[in-house]
Formats: sequence, C-alpha cells, structure tokens
Amino acid sequence: MSKLTMSKLIEGPIAEGGRIVDDIWTTVDTAGSIRDVLPGAALLVPLALWKAERNHLVARTAPLGVRLEPSDDPVELVDDLPRLAVIAIHFPKFTDGRGYSIARVLRERYRYTGKLRAVGDVLRDQLFYMLRCGFDSFAMRHEALIDDALSAYRDFSEGYQSSVDRPVPLFKRRPVDSPASEATA
Amino acid sequence: MYRYDSYDQAMVDERVAQFRDQTRRFLAGQLSEDEFRPLRLQNGLYIQRLAPMLRVAIPYGLLATRQLRKLAEIARKYDRGYGHFSTRQNIQFNWPALETVPDILAELASVEMHAIQTSGNCIRNTTTDQFAGVAHDELVDSRAVCEIVRQWSTFHPEFAFLPRKFKIAINGAVEDRAATRVHDIGIHALKNDAGELGFRILAGGGLGRTPMIGHVIREWLPRAELLNYLDSILRVYNRYGRRDNLYKSRIKVLVRDLTPQVFAQQVEEEWLHLEGGPATVPDEEYERMQAFFTPPAYETLTGYSRALRAQIADSKPFANWIKRNTFAHKVAGYMAVTLSLKKTGVPPGDATADQMDAIADLADRYSFGEVRVSHEQNLILADVRQGDLYAVWERAREIGCATANIGLVTDIVCCPGGDFCSLANAKSIPVAESIQRRIEEKVEFQDYLHDIGELDLNISGCINACGHHHVGHIGVLGVDKNGEEWYQVTIGGAQGNDASLGKVIGRSFARDEMPDVIERLLETYVAHRHEDERFIDTVRRIGIDPFKQHVYRERDRVEANNVETDDVQTD
Repeated sequence: MSKLTMSKLIEGPIAEGGRIVDDIWTTVDTAGSIRDVLPGAALLVPLALWKAERNHLVARTAPLGVRLEPSDDPVELVDDLPRLAVIAIHFPKFTDGRGYSIARVLRERYRYTGKLRAVGDVLRDQLFYMLRCGFDSFAMRHEALIDDALSAYRDFSEGYQSSVDRPVPLFKRRPVDSPASEATA
Repeated sequence: MYRYDSYDQAMVDERVAQFRDQTRRFLAGQLSEDEFRPLRLQNGLYIQRLAPMLRVAIPYGLLATRQLRKLAEIARKYDRGYGHFSTRQNIQFNWPALETVPDILAELASVEMHAIQTSGNCIRNTTTDQFAGVAHDELVDSRAVCEIVRQWSTFHPEFAFLPRKFKIAINGAVEDRAATRVHDIGIHALKNDAGELGFRILAGGGLGRTPMIGHVIREWLPRAELLNYLDSILRVYNRYGRRDNLYKSRIKVLVRDLTPQVFAQQVEEEWLHLEGGPATVPDEEYERMQAFFTPPAYETLTGYSRALRAQIADSKPFANWIKRNTFAHKVAGYMAVTLSLKKTGVPPGDATADQMDAIADLADRYSFGEVRVSHEQNLILADVRQGDLYAVWERAREIGCATANIGLVTDIVCCPGGDFCSLANAKSIPVAESIQRRIEEKVEFQDYLHDIGELDLNISGCINACGHHHVGHIGVLGVDKNGEEWYQVTIGGAQGNDASLGKVIGRSFARDEMPDVIERLLETYVAHRHEDERFIDTVRRIGIDPFKQHVYRERDRVEANNVETDDVQTD
C-alpha cells in the first residue's frame, strides 16, 4: 500500500525520551500481498501469517516484524526473536490490558531486545505504563496530537514496582535513612 | 503510621498534575467521554445520578488526625459538609464539581492522601482488620504488609487495565475481620511452627452478581515471595480473565471455570519464572515498613480499673456501650473503641465535617492521634486508656457517635443506594432507617436490641453488592421489577472464619414491608434459639424454612386483611 505521506511513530525507551520518526514499515495481512511489496521494504505481518509463510519471509533480507493480538501467546516467537526487528502488540481497545503482560513476558522472560511497538488504540494517557512494560515504539491513534503525546514520557519521575525499564523496585533503591524514625515522632 | 518520603510525595504530586491536565483536555474536548472515563475512575471520580462522586483512598483504613481534619475541610469547602465512609474503608464525597476535583486531589496530596485506583478496572485499595496492631488475637501485624502491597499496587504498569476491578484483603489475626474469603485475593499473614513469617493465599472470592467464597491456592508462601506471587496471580488473570462479558470478568469466574486446582497450577507456573526475582521482598524491607507501625508510647497500666467498674455499674447506657463498642486490646489497661456511624436517621457510614473534627480531637487527646475506618463503616479509636473510656463516651454522645450498637442489628452496613448511585436498582438508606426506627419504637428497645445480640444486617441497592448483602446474617438486596423497587431477603450469610453466602428466603418485598420482614425474622430467631445462640447459629442449626414460613404466613395474613378493608371501602 503506498501512502502520500508517511505515518509517524514515537520511538525511544523511557530513559532516553521519545522522538518522532517516520514509520517505514509496511503492514501486510495476507500471503498474496507479500509479493506486492518491494524486496527491500521492512515487513510487519500478523503471527498467523508469520507461521504460515515463515520460510519465505526469513529468506528476505529486509527487516522483519510480527504483530501479536492480545490473545496470542508470545512463546510462539521465542525461537525467532533474534530475527525480529519489531514486535508490534495490538491494542484493539485501550482498556484491553493484555498487551502489557505480553510485553513484559517478551522483555523479561524471553529477553527480546528489538523494538516493541504498541499499535491500535494507543493513547497518550497510557504511554507511561506502556513504557514501563518495555514498549519503545508507538503508533498513536491520534497522530495529530503526536507532539503533545511526547510529554507522557515525563508523567512520573518514579515507579514503585520492578519494571522493564528499572528492574530493581523502588524499595531496594530508597536511601537507607528513609524517615521511618521521624514518622513515629 | 506510614509517612511519605520524597518519592511517595513526588508520585502523588505528579498524579495531581497529570489529572489536572487530563481534566483540562476533557473539558476542552480533546479527550472523549470514553477516553476520559477510565482516567477519572482511576482517580476515584464517578459521574453519578445527581453530581459527580469522588472516592478518596484511606489505605487499609488508617488515618492520622491531620488527614481526618483535611477530609472535614474538603467536605465543607467542596461538598455539603459531610462524607460517606464506605465498605472498602474509603470515604466518598457526593457533591463535588468536576472542575474542582484536581484542586481536591491537590489538597489531599498535601496530607499524603489521594484517590488513586479507588475505582476502575485496576487493583483497588487494600483493606485489612480495623484492629490490626492492637487486637488481642493478632498473629502478625498486617499493616506493614498492607503498605508493601499498597506501594506495589499503586500505578502498577502491567495491571492498570484488568478485565475488571480487583480487591485484596489482608488479615493477620485469629478471627478474620477483613472478609478475606470474599475478596479477589485474600491474604492471611501467619507464622509457621518454625517461627517464620509467611502467607496463606486465597483467590476467587467475591460478592456481586455471582457471589463465591475464595479458595486457598497456596497454603504457605514465604513472605519474601509475596509480590512475585501477586504478580503471578494478576498476570494469569490479566491474560486469561474474560473480557467479553462484564458479568463474567471477575477473577472468581476464571477460578471457577478453570477449577481452583488448575488456576493454582497456572499461577505456580508463572511464579516459577518470577520466584527469587527483583521484586522479592527481603526481611529488611518488612522491618523498614514495620518501623512505621511501632507501638505508641503506652503507659504501664493494670487491667480493669476500679473506677471503670463503678462507672459501668452506675450507668446502664455506658455499660451497654462498653459491652458493644469496645474491643479487647493486646496491651493491659487499653481498649479499642468503635464510634458508631449508625445512628438512626443518619445514612449508615455518614459523618459530618463537625463530627470528623470532633473525632480528630478525641483521637489526639485519647488515642495517639490516629483513627481507623472499619469495613463495617464505623470509626475506631484503637488505643484508649480504660480510665479515659467514660470521657470518650460522654464526648461521643455529644457528637452523636455513641450509639451502643456495634455488631447489633441496627449497625447496618449499607451502600449509598438509589439516593446517590446511578448503578442502584433501589434505594437502600431509607430501608436501613425504617428498620432502625422499628427497633427503636419497641418498649425498652435497648434491652430488646441487646437481647437479639450479634447480628450483621447488610443492605445493597443493587447486585454489585457494595453493602455486602451476601455475607449479612440478614442480607437485603434492592431489585428492579418493571421499574419498581423491590427487596430480596437472604439469611445465613456470614463473613469471617466461617464465611458463608446467604440463601434467598423467597419472593421479594416492597420497601414498606421491610421492617415487618425483619421483625418476623427476629421473632423466629427468638422462638427457636438456644441459650447464648446467635442469630446466624440458629439459622445454621434449623435452616431457613422456619424463618421463611413465619415471614410469608404473616405477610399473607396482612395482605388478606388489606383485601377485606379494600372491599369494605369500595362497597
């Protein structure tokens, strides 16, 4: 599919901050349309298509990515993680929180180090949670508000829990002279 | 109690700024109604029948007096001079204006309070025993555990959009006063034979449309693993809990459908990956937290004083109050006092700003500056010297918080119901009041009330069960029948160690029938009870049939009379 103007993405992990980049990825949903894509184009395919066309796809030299639905099991990608430049996790509705767990499992359990992109109903008010779960790439639903969305990187300066960006939870990072003694005064 | 450090304070301050911006974008039309809804809910803000409702978190029910005074100030400044203490140990304001909510949140943040995750499909305020730290039957002080869980659950990045709301209760005493068996997760803090601390973990309990008692999914969890194990449970629920049907989306349905054994297995498999990981809680962290909850400077006192004995002998009202509204303390010479928010004519759980200020004064003077909220919607002074009880009682009487009814039939647990809540099918507050009035109309009603004894009466205005009607010894549920308000009655429910769900006695009643129905139930109990047998024990021994027969026989008789009267009039 050719577009007159390229879509934009927000990219960057929480520690580095976000920047706006062009989305160079071509999303393809059917086996037939893979052939229509230029050989050098970066391809993003759904998990089912990945499984069906894996041999054909890995023979390509251009970057590859797979899109997961919230019901997909990321374990299916374990052997291919080093080949994937992007894994996109689809949020059909922003209130569907399964993608957060999938992201953490990919990052923390399977040590996936490529780009992790949130796609679908992705809104700035969820960005900070997504960043902490290991997302570092966002196809925002409201592209017109994309500049505004960058500020979500600074919503909070800290988080209590162990998270992808900061595995050591806050309670192990607090200074030892935390004011427990003052508190009883 | 727990005090914020610069990290905690920064997070609530940043939250205020975030919500201020979200409210601004909503009012400017940049955020749609659907996009704003989960954001405001996770800041405790509902849009209600008459006005917005703001639910403020009182973590595990603990309040410093400066916080209680701030709540009073908010009630005066932004609301109509009162607040409603809820069954999740929180407080609700019924009349704030949407535009002022960011300001209210900023006021709360100034006293280390917030409204974070008091609503929405996320982990809610963790609740516990209102007598934690002072109870005579305590095994482990649950407050430090509660604070560890509070911090873990606050802004948990993975679990902000669960299939449905998620409630955790923690109990550390012999008697379960936190209703752990009817929570999504129940945690029992324990010591094993080797003296090690750990937890028993229950999951899949809950009330609402499909009430269920939770299942033990792990008999013993070393305390270091608490957060890893909670993450495991939540992750299984987040990934596999149903999202296609609102009514089947609580964890209890997942646990039931998988079976508790299979659910537990899935949690254990997840835990294998997380066990010993970065979220493992070392002993030092438990100790650091426990240091926030060190005992206050108790005096060395002997047991019951002679003066107190004389005061009890001299005044029957005081004796009744001592009997019902005080609780045995683990330190000699001290008692925990429950200030009743169940005075007849006042919606259960409501307190005025003046009462809040007066209670803060009482706590400063007599109870080390701390107040607790019980999930039965009363306020507690946890550390009162026995020698001060009379003075506390006198002042509590002056401010209308000394009703000697704790644990009795008029200590009604009740949701705001159709008067305020847009979810409700029926009003609940007027039902509570009519029942309280019926009892008070009796000759020597105090004697009657105390003779009936321990009885949990719970009223919910709809199936969401905020009034916990399923676990009331008598439960009342408001239902809608063709646009009219009706009330279904259950008996035999109980919270605590032998938690059970009540059984429906039969077809539902009109509101004005409810005092009669309750009276018939009490008559049946009095007729059948053994000596010293509580209402719930009689129900368990004889079953619901005798109650049912008496209620419906009387009702049919009344109806028959009414028909005759009607006929006479039409003649």
